[in-house]
Amino acid sequence: MTETQHSTRSEGRVLPVTDLSLVVLVGASGSGKSTFARRHFKPTEVISSDFCRGLVSDDENDQSATRDAFDVLHYIAGKRLAAGRRTVVDATSVQSDARRQLIDLARQYDVLPIAIVLDVPEEVCAERNAARTDRAEMPRRVIQRHIRELRRSIRHLEREGFRKVHILRGVEDIESATVTTERRFNDLTHLTGPFDIVGDIHGCAAELESLLGKLGYSDGVHPEGRTAVFVGDLVDRGPDSPGVLRRVMSMVKSGNALCVPGNHENKYGRYLKGRKVQHTHGLAETIEQMAGESEEFTREVREFIDGLVSHYVLDGGRLVVCHAGLPEKYHGRTSGRVRSHALYGDTTGETDEFGLPVRYPWAEDYRGRAAVVYGHTPVPAATWLNNTICLDTGAVFGGRLTALRWPERELVDVPAEQVWYEPARPLRTEAPGGQDGRPLDLNDVHGRRAVETRHQGRVAVREENAAAALEVMSRFAVDPRLLPYLPPTMAPTATSKVDGYLEHPVEAFAQYAADGVARVVCEEKHMGSRAVALVCRDAEVARERFGADGPTGSLYTRTGRPFFDDEAVTEEILGRVRTAVGEAGLWDELGTDWLLLDAELMPWSLKASGLLRSQYAAVGAASGAVFPGALGALQAAAARGVEVTDLLARQRERASNAAAFTDAYRRYCWTTEGLDGVRLAPFQILAVQGRSLTGLPHDEQLALLDRVVEHDVSGLLQTTRRLYVDTGDPESVRAGVDWWLEMTGRGGEGMVVKPVGALVRGKEGRLVQPGIKCRGREYLRIIYGPEYTRPDNLTRLRSRFLNHKRSLAIREYALGLEALDRLAEGEPLWRVHEAVFGVLALESEPVDPRL
Amino acid sequence: MFLTLTTTGTPERPATDLGYLLHKHPDKAQAFSTSYGTAHVVYPEADDQRCTAALLLEVDAVALVRRGKGKGRGGAPDAALAQYVNDRPYAASSLLAVALSSVFSSAMKGTCHARPELPAEPRPLRVEVPALPARGGAELVRRLFEPLGWAVAVEPVALDSEFPEWGDSRYVRLVLESQALTVAEALRHLYVLLPVLDDAKHYWVAPDEVDKLLRAGEGWLAEHPEQKLITSRYLSRRWSLTRQAMERLELVRLAEADDSEVEEIDNAVGAETEEEQRPTPLAVQRRDAIIEALQASGATRVLDLGCGQGQLVQALLKDPQFTQITGVDVSMRALTIASRRLKLDRMGERQASRVTLFQGSLAYTDKRLKGYDAAVLSEVIEHLDLPRLPALEYAVFGAARPRTVLVTTPNVEYNVRWESLPAGHVRHGDHRFEWTREEFRAWADAVAERHGYGVRFVPVGPDDPEVGPPTQMAVFEIDQAGPKNEKEAKAA
Repeated sequence: MTETQHSTRSEGRVLPVTDLSLVVLVGASGSGKSTFARRHFKPTEVISSDFCRGLVSDDENDQSATRDAFDVLHYIAGKRLAAGRRTVVDATSVQSDARRQLIDLARQYDVLPIAIVLDVPEEVCAERNAARTDRAEMPRRVIQRHIRELRRSIRHLEREGFRKVHILRGVEDIESATVTTERRFNDLTHLTGPFDIVGDIHGCAAELESLLGKLGYSDGVHPEGRTAVFVGDLVDRGPDSPGVLRRVMSMVKSGNALCVPGNHENKYGRYLKGRKVQHTHGLAETIEQMAGESEEFTREVREFIDGLVSHYVLDGGRLVVCHAGLPEKYHGRTSGRVRSHALYGDTTGETDEFGLPVRYPWAEDYRGRAAVVYGHTPVPAATWLNNTICLDTGAVFGGRLTALRWPERELVDVPAEQVWYEPARPLRTEAPGGQDGRPLDLNDVHGRRAVETRHQGRVAVREENAAAALEVMSRFAVDPRLLPYLPPTMAPTATSKVDGYLEHPVEAFAQYAADGVARVVCEEKHMGSRAVALVCRDAEVARERFGADGPTGSLYTRTGRPFFDDEAVTEEILGRVRTAVGEAGLWDELGTDWLLLDAELMPWSLKASGLLRSQYAAVGAASGAVFPGALGALQAAAARGVEVTDLLARQRERASNAAAFTDAYRRYCWTTEGLDGVRLAPFQILAVQGRSLTGLPHDEQLALLDRVVEHDVSGLLQTTRRLYVDTGDPESVRAGVDWWLEMTGRGGEGMVVKPVGALVRGKEGRLVQPGIKCRGREYLRIIYGPEYTRPDNLTRLRSRFLNHKRSLAIREYALGLEALDRLAEGEPLWRVHEAVFGVLALESEPVDPRL
Repeated sequence: MFLTLTTTGTPERPATDLGYLLHKHPDKAQAFSTSYGTAHVVYPEADDQRCTAALLLEVDAVALVRRGKGKGRGGAPDAALAQYVNDRPYAASSLLAVALSSVFSSAMKGTCHARPELPAEPRPLRVEVPALPARGGAELVRRLFEPLGWAVAVEPVALDSEFPEWGDSRYVRLVLESQALTVAEALRHLYVLLPVLDDAKHYWVAPDEVDKLLRAGEGWLAEHPEQKLITSRYLSRRWSLTRQAMERLELVRLAEADDSEVEEIDNAVGAETEEEQRPTPLAVQRRDAIIEALQASGATRVLDLGCGQGQLVQALLKDPQFTQITGVDVSMRALTIASRRLKLDRMGERQASRVTLFQGSLAYTDKRLKGYDAAVLSEVIEHLDLPRLPALEYAVFGAARPRTVLVTTPNVEYNVRWESLPAGHVRHGDHRFEWTREEFRAWADAVAERHGYGVRFVPVGPDDPEVGPPTQMAVFEIDQAGPKNEKEAKAA
């Protein structure tokens, strides 16, 4: 028991209470628990059984509601502890059974249970209760029983499982005590390094010295003040465990290093304490090597091992270091099982063909924001998996000794000087498929979610939209590994006031001018189908970087469906792009071996043929069939002298509108044979290795892409025509309008106006629309119907609502940028997929489909 | 949209009597406003020999849309693009039938105050509908009109003359001729059969639809050989309305975002599922084989992965051995129908506690699928693109790991035995592949090997000596000792 039992000094006792713990106040009714709790803890930290009794029964003293009240108390306490908040339970807790439930709760959430006992004489309790109207009726024997039970319990509290026990005897002792909050030992979030985290050493002292030298340490000290962090397993198997211990212990002692225990230290530590342990798995070597060391050193080793903390949370919570890996819910927690997981990892209960336990792949399930750096499992090479990395590259087995520079995330390693110990099994990658996050989990996408984006904060996805996206993603989309991006929807320009037009560029230029964007680029719309192409330099790159075995990339639509059923056709197109990119010299120039292209694939009829036939051509066929007869009938009636002049004129106009409609869709259809007639017009390079290019100005983007098109000898690639406009210069704006009029006058679909600076923020720091579409007058027939240009129709159609579409466009844009940033930064697949899935889900939000 | 009605006559029985019959003067152009636009009646010809009345409905397409519930967020109409650009202003759809009944209501009833004897007299009649949407094609048009005494001429209309490879549209040019029918009969035939031929997308609905059908069909519908089809199609518009209301538009929007037809995406459940279909014998045999295998496995907690409309779940409920039956499907529509089929909302608490339905996807691992004795994947794998199959394999055999897994899939070799299936065709439009017995076995063996299962194969349906059974089933049983157990290691 702690010192607090001993007699008090006049200034009162200081009770240390860990910042994340379950504090159980123990005392009879009337002993002053609530007052004590109020004085020393935040009101929200304290849950009282009386309050919970009131919640379930409207009467704080209704003893028949006790069972339900404690259910509620445990529930609230559980929620708080799960969220990492200290919780104080204000109930008598004089019975061991009641305390056991609270200890179980603390263990369930891996926090320290702490008891504070208020031992107050019976008379005082009785007096206090008598002064309270609601408790005046309480029989004296209840208090007597409480005190009896309390006295009986006091000696057993530590054995019951409380990790700290503070006992305050008498009113004075209670009045004068103060509570001080202590950090957990594993909480080193205030240390920001930079760190060099070193993998399992296993007595390879020479390799450790080489690695420290390579990292820039000189005699255990880094000139730039970096801190080494050892993930444990310093000892056993290798040639010089004492040497490793000496180096590490001196660095830790001098404040140049941190160290967490490995299972091998743990076992050696038990050996040093005289426990009976098997001298297997290389322990015999350590014992033998230590035999030559002084008793003094052996004692220091014992104390060092004894004082190791199972894991550390570092760098503001961004980094967790431990020996065998740790799921997020254990970060910064303190319990036996947290320590056990940190030391040994998790096992499935099975054993493999070498008789070794099969490890549960906890890292596959890992979704935490903190990077977990660990060792324990020898792997051929250190690779990131869901923001975790194992640094045990089997130095003692003749592999390498590896370190990770943090926050740089750079790997530094040295080869083993020899095979010091034969491995029980060959080194192998543990994750099935060996690829980053291969089994995506439904929890990463399902239900209502909020995706955190760098550019637009949290973007919410509603449940019904996620459900629709799940169906399309699962049934139709390409492999998520090859689907790192989906393009956002784009808002049209504000409705035009120009006579005869629903959309006109003047409004688009004006909107950007208002947003403070001086220079825009007008890019022609190709009236194909939106296509995203992931082009890898070869199949090896696709395998290495994207984990896809076979294809060299992907070519998919705006909902992630493959463009072509035949993989060979996709490969042919990717091959042509690849060749052109290579000829243009972009692989080296951009320092990448893959790139992600945003493009338009023509003709429209290639993919949309079903829709064309069922919807557009059908309208054309019906109108083409009906008007000759109708016009003929009206002409005949007119010839008979029936007054149908207006009706006839109107039908003639409708017939010509319908013919214009047919002409409009026909322009975007042509027959293709194999890849003959298929064209691809890339207009943006979205990302390359290590970089999102969404911030690269469009003029530079287009210049790069022009070179790719130029070097394409296959005839597949096509440039995007463009015109730069200064939104503040009326002359330039007029030129832009003329350009659009000329283009759409010839049947063009229209254009997209974009800020030249690509990723631009407006005056209030909010993202501006990445593009605004201005669709041609004739093209809009196929959207608004053949007769939309009739003045009365136009008048009515002008009342359209753009705000929701604009907001949707920005949210999808932010998600798309997020996906690319996550991709570029090498974040886990589930993180990239989360954002991509979000775009697809938002696409199913209700919005006027004509916009 | 437009149609003409012509009659011929003699000086004694002049053709212009048509004006009396229709209650519309032949020398005037008359306009009537209807709920969907203005209907015009004009006579391009009107003399004793020949008289033609033309009905022209000017649909106000913009108003038609705006009439729709403008409940979308931001004031945008919450509707699919197909509502905005469609054939309604041109094709003789159900809207024309509505106009017909309101403009010629007396004529349809067969009343004529001025000439009470006229309506009952059969006349030579000719009806021309230049653009008639005909779901079921020319063949059905004949089957519908010929039994009523019409001589039928149907000509298909090409989709687009510039793209002959696109073939014919769903419109036909229809000419009907008869000597023996009255004008009222002709109008009533058109009133019922135009919407029947229409593709049921453009519905209108009124609570008295059945009455209307009975009235208009009086005297001819009861005897019509296609009575069943006519009735169900005519009334199906009502069901499709209720279904439309219930349907989620999210998938429609995703299809549109991709310039795809909605049917291309929203096809997890067949169109005809609303009515209780009679299951094919093969489906019954498959279900029986699955239940038998599940019973033999001793499973009590069972997953139906890809449960569709819940037929298997329903069958499993009948056996108390199965204490927990969980149906999972990726299609919300399928789940809605399954839940309706099972009457989950009305089921007793004890029964209901045995069933759970939820949306899930085998492209992802899912913790909710852990801890079951058995999982059924019946006719599921062939709906996945081959490159996505490893994800399903991992989700089921790697992550969920039920003790028993049943997988059924078509045996493509058997397809030659299906008389109705053209050579080289798969059995269902959404089948991404169909396997031979050898291909299926190779896959199943590899899966079993990778995940520590044993596998055996069971034929479902008649096991043809040459091509095998129509359905193949693999029964996977987990290797109790773990994927690679110690004993084996020692033996090796």
